[in-house]
Amino acid sequence: MSGAIHFDPIRLPPEAEALRGEVREFLAEETAAGRFDPKTAPMRDGFDRDFSRRVGAKGWIGMTWPKQYGGQERSFLERYVVTEEFRAVSAPVRGHFTADRQSGPVLLKYASEDIKADILPRITRGECCFCIGMSEPNSGSDLFAANAKAAKTDAGYVLNGAKIWTTNAQNADYMIGLFRTSPPADDNRRHGLTQFLIDMKSPGISVNPIGNMAGGKDFNEVVFTDCAVPADHVLGEVDGAWKQATSELAYERSGPERFLETFFILQELTRALGPEPDRREAEGLGRLVAQLHTLRRMSVSVNGMLQAGKEPVLEGSIVKDLGTLWQQALPSRARDLSAFAAGTAEDRAAFDALLPFALQIAPKLTIQGGTTEILRGIIARGLGLR
Amino acid sequence: MSEPDTIIIDTTDRIFRELADPQAIIADPVGAWKAPLWQALEDSSLTLAWVPEEQGGADVEMSDGCDILRVAGAHAVAVPLAETLLAGWLLAKAGISAPLGPMTIALGSGDRAPSVRAGKLSGAVRGVPFAHVADHLSLVADSDDGRQVVCVALAGCDIAGGPGMAGDGLATVTFTDAGVASSGAVPNTLGAEDVMLMGAAVRAQQMAGALQAVLDLSVEYAKERMAFGRPIAKFQAVQQNLARLAGEAAAAAAAAGSAADTIQHAETFDSAVFLEVAAAKIRTGEAAGVGAAIAHQVHGAMGFTDEHVLHRYTQRLFAWRDDFGSEAEWAAGLGAMVAANGADQLWPLVASR
Repeated sequence: MSGAIHFDPIRLPPEAEALRGEVREFLAEETAAGRFDPKTAPMRDGFDRDFSRRVGAKGWIGMTWPKQYGGQERSFLERYVVTEEFRAVSAPVRGHFTADRQSGPVLLKYASEDIKADILPRITRGECCFCIGMSEPNSGSDLFAANAKAAKTDAGYVLNGAKIWTTNAQNADYMIGLFRTSPPADDNRRHGLTQFLIDMKSPGISVNPIGNMAGGKDFNEVVFTDCAVPADHVLGEVDGAWKQATSELAYERSGPERFLETFFILQELTRALGPEPDRREAEGLGRLVAQLHTLRRMSVSVNGMLQAGKEPVLEGSIVKDLGTLWQQALPSRARDLSAFAAGTAEDRAAFDALLPFALQIAPKLTIQGGTTEILRGIIARGLGLR
Repeated sequence: MSEPDTIIIDTTDRIFRELADPQAIIADPVGAWKAPLWQALEDSSLTLAWVPEEQGGADVEMSDGCDILRVAGAHAVAVPLAETLLAGWLLAKAGISAPLGPMTIALGSGDRAPSVRAGKLSGAVRGVPFAHVADHLSLVADSDDGRQVVCVALAGCDIAGGPGMAGDGLATVTFTDAGVASSGAVPNTLGAEDVMLMGAAVRAQQMAGALQAVLDLSVEYAKERMAFGRPIAKFQAVQQNLARLAGEAAAAAAAAGSAADTIQHAETFDSAVFLEVAAAKIRTGEAAGVGAAIAHQVHGAMGFTDEHVLHRYTQRLFAWRDDFGSEAEWAAGLGAMVAANGADQLWPLVASR
């Protein structure tokens, strides 16, 4: 056996399971107080600063980060439990999730001490929302074709160009954006890109919403016109951002959000089918649960390997490939299985209300954050085929 | 999780490498390789891995036995190692010493479910692998004194049926007042469905091992095979297919590994164990279907020949996914349980471990 792909059977430690109880209690209080309703939450924009503040007060944002920056120094597996419990009830995490998963860790690694001391504690309090500026009108998956420019000035840099498909830009306090600081090198087309921390209130930024086919308005085009950025807002190496991107992918790609985005429809399908489904329905439901269980075990395993200091980039890409395809197919499978459902009208109400929405968001699930085709290319490289 | 015992894994792998070379097996029409291979496995105590020392076994951890089975699955050869492990496990449950030699196992259910009357076994069992090869068969049967674990010598029993898809046999064994070699009462810790559960968990390990081997074979072949002036591994369409195969092999490994770890730590087989084993059998079975199809597509006509090794894996994958309950059977059971528990218990079940 080559043993090239590893999924160790990781179990969540007792402290993570204890934490799960606290998280469920918190979420039960939130829903009991009418602050969000799991049966309608999937269709809302998921942005709620007050909710994010309450989560921050619990110590559940940036919980793996050092205490000196407001973190709790807890494990990735504890963070995993918080993330999956929130996702399972479609809690409105959009105000803090991007910063918690991606932007904070980038700042921790590459930002100056002043910036870390200023911004990270605000993120952990749920007061600081981030967006990610990667795709451009003419470069999506081909990240290294990015053309928005950062030109050096005496005081720092000035940005010109546009980013697109920027989720949550309308709410974000900061963007971490990828800009071209030099032309690509002849021998390395990935050269010449630099990551910047950008205050979204800076002059020279306009955020233009782009509606999506499912009725959402969280996409944006972000246009930069002579937008000045201080020199100390460069994150990492000038012209060398490509080196920084890959090592974070395992974190970004392997989380429970990569297969739980349409979980609500599986739960409501179960309700709609009632306690005694026929054979066909039971078989279909059983397969979906088996597939979900397997994805979760894979995802927990990758996070356990991350906690152990490994870099399971290949495994992380596999989790995202399988997970996003599964959550994309789930609404169609649910539609199929619900055709003759015996549940009462009351049992079916939430399912019927949510299914059209789930079917309509399905197409995006294998595009956002790295397309299926790109992921397969990464997996193929991991297999030694490229 | 428990740390894998690398000595057990390495020993198993070495024995198969030395004594079950794929091309040598294909070139050997009479199967002369089988006896030395079995002897080596038996001499290393791998065949009675799950039997306690005082009953003559190796008494290794459940998870170590699963490692043996994953390695064996990755070699996919026609020896009843998995069946002997299972039979030894079942006999040990009732405190019966396992005999040496190859064994097989059967589910004692169905319309002619075997029963013991006055010390003699009668009835029939279906779908038994290696019945022509094994010396003994173990099963659970009704008796005058309640349910018994029974070990019966296969010599003298009526064995009928074809080779099955794997070529390992898929027999109906009929007992007519057959002498019982040994028997013991079924302990309280062995539930009615536990043989089925263990069998499914065992097949999941083998399928996970075979899928890893199928992936390795396919990747190597794609790198070597030239078409249109370059290795087929350089074509995106082939890369996408192999990436899918890697995903299926990974899912199978994760599901089977998790089930093995669960059994290792389970006192009794509760609903969490049921979820783990059902999910492992369903997901490895699904991966077997998708993975075998991709592997054959990558290998082209060559992989469809009887002289290439690929079929040894894919035909066993086809057979193993049927044994001890197919994906559909396990899924219907799992779905019924989830539905009966209700929608609000779904997430707590999935996130229970």
